[in-house]
Amino acid sequence: MNRHLPALALLAALVALPLALGNEPYLLNAVITTGIVTIAAMSLNLLLGFTGQLSLGHIAFFGIGAYVSALTSLGFDVELLGGFRVVHEPWPPAIGFGLAVLATGACGYLVGRLSFRVRGAYFVIVTISFAEVVRLVALNWVELTQGPLALTGIPPFSLWLPGLGTTPLRTKLPNYYLVLVVGTLCYALIARLVRSRFGRAMRGLKENESLALSVGINATRTLTLAAVISAAMAGAAGSLYAHYLRIIDPDVFLFSTTVTMVIMVVGGGKGTLLGPVVGGLIFGLLPVALRPVMVPEAQWMVFGLVLIVIQFVMPRGIVPGLARLATLRRTSAPARVPVEVRP
Amino acid sequence: MSAGAPILSVDHVGVRFGGLVAIADLHFDVHPGEIVSLIGPNGAGKTTAFNVMTGFLKPSQGQVRFRGTSLQGLPPHEIVRLGLSRTFQRTSVFPDDTVFDNVMIGLHRRGRARLVDTLLGRDRTGEAALRDRARELLDWVGLAGRAQDKAGSLAYGEQRLVGVALALATEPAMLLLDEPVSGMNASETQVFVRLIRSIRERGVTILLVEHDMPMVMEVSDRIVVLNYGRLIAEGPPAAIRSDPAVIEAYLGQGSAAREAAQAARETIDA
Repeated sequence: MNRHLPALALLAALVALPLALGNEPYLLNAVITTGIVTIAAMSLNLLLGFTGQLSLGHIAFFGIGAYVSALTSLGFDVELLGGFRVVHEPWPPAIGFGLAVLATGACGYLVGRLSFRVRGAYFVIVTISFAEVVRLVALNWVELTQGPLALTGIPPFSLWLPGLGTTPLRTKLPNYYLVLVVGTLCYALIARLVRSRFGRAMRGLKENESLALSVGINATRTLTLAAVISAAMAGAAGSLYAHYLRIIDPDVFLFSTTVTMVIMVVGGGKGTLLGPVVGGLIFGLLPVALRPVMVPEAQWMVFGLVLIVIQFVMPRGIVPGLARLATLRRTSAPARVPVEVRP
Repeated sequence: MSAGAPILSVDHVGVRFGGLVAIADLHFDVHPGEIVSLIGPNGAGKTTAFNVMTGFLKPSQGQVRFRGTSLQGLPPHEIVRLGLSRTFQRTSVFPDDTVFDNVMIGLHRRGRARLVDTLLGRDRTGEAALRDRARELLDWVGLAGRAQDKAGSLAYGEQRLVGVALALATEPAMLLLDEPVSGMNASETQVFVRLIRSIRERGVTILLVEHDMPMVMEVSDRIVVLNYGRLIAEGPPAAIRSDPAVIEAYLGQGSAAREAAQAARETIDA
């Protein structure tokens, strides 16, 4: 239990956060969107941090999750090739969430299968291309996605309580707790995974691939499975995003969001459980702190500067850096006894 | 040579990298329970031969059979499943994990936990059994005291032992050791020789590549000598020691080689 203490402390703080913020919708909104992007960053960390494979198109899974969930709950009527018409009646957002997870998991499988036979740079290129192709589809298949006109009027999630029936989550506070619950589940899932046999296989492949193969680890299978779980988690975040903002356009596929996610993971500490959470909170809320003083374009320079400083002071990221400081303080106490200096 | 079917047969294997011939034509058998050494000067093709046997390289010609099964086209992780395991010359550990976790990673094939079990927390007993097994393996290779140290921080000799523990974790019928005692001093080498013997006593056949000649002569039942990708001699240590072709391969055709060859002939005559 001890090793989960920092995470539990952070969770307690996050549960209490809305009390501290009071009724400040702007701040609460910033925290909710930050939380959603942080879930996506956690999913990216599963690949980048634990298997060492960089997905630079991770936003594609996020965006697909958002669109699948939105379209499931809005319904659509499209004509495919050959006059074949597909009509879908609106379903509840919760089903959209489930379908988003399944669809993005399948996309993760496809991308993993295509690129993990060769890995490394190929995976990076395949993920970038995949994200770009998906963005173009979202932009140009106007009949389905409304293109740049955006999908509007997406229904919010609703909560079913015994005795009270279903209530739509229209306000910010319940959405905040929904994001917190999904984020905590994702965290627990990753924590359990990386300590299991599957997690050891991922670590082995990252640290010494030849040796991992020689003890019988199937590289393609392990990495593809990691990509499926990671993509599905990003898809879940995308679904939360769609039903919270209730409007999405093809800009959800912007490459810069993937970059933000990579910055969150690397700055917080890749390959650690808490790294993407800490990085996500810092880099997600930094724009809020910077907004009064500079325009959004200039914020990127501050992002870069902060990342450089972090990498300079704590090369492996904030969380490993702090963990190291904590152990140093604990073990260096006896060394403070003054050493006798000979004349 | 012992009777019965060989556990490993290298059947006229050749490996070419473009115009470079790494192995011209390699042909030998290893029988169950043997300790066989593959020796030869640097660049003779020994590590290449290991890479072919374990699926890391595809041969240009010929094939390797293990317990009667052709290894043609099998990837490394499936060859391990058949019971043929290996160690590596240089990078024999997962450097960022503890020695104990290294062995846990090595026990991958022994673990039965599926992803669903993990997510539902149903893999506890399996995990406990794996941890027990990891402790046994570390005891066996003599690294119990180092279990909680980072593998990358160990001395080279100890990293080799981690490599052996990892290979043993896969429960092989045959073990290929790639220069296991390089970087070890004389007493560490002696400890390692005892380890090799204890592994054989548990029924594991051993093929090793090694440059440390006294160690090879001491531990091997049989020696196979490679030079320029060709087999130039094969036999028990005593015969190899005095084989003119082997002496020539190691010492060249200068006067020292002739003297050594002369001395060898005299010992045989005597």
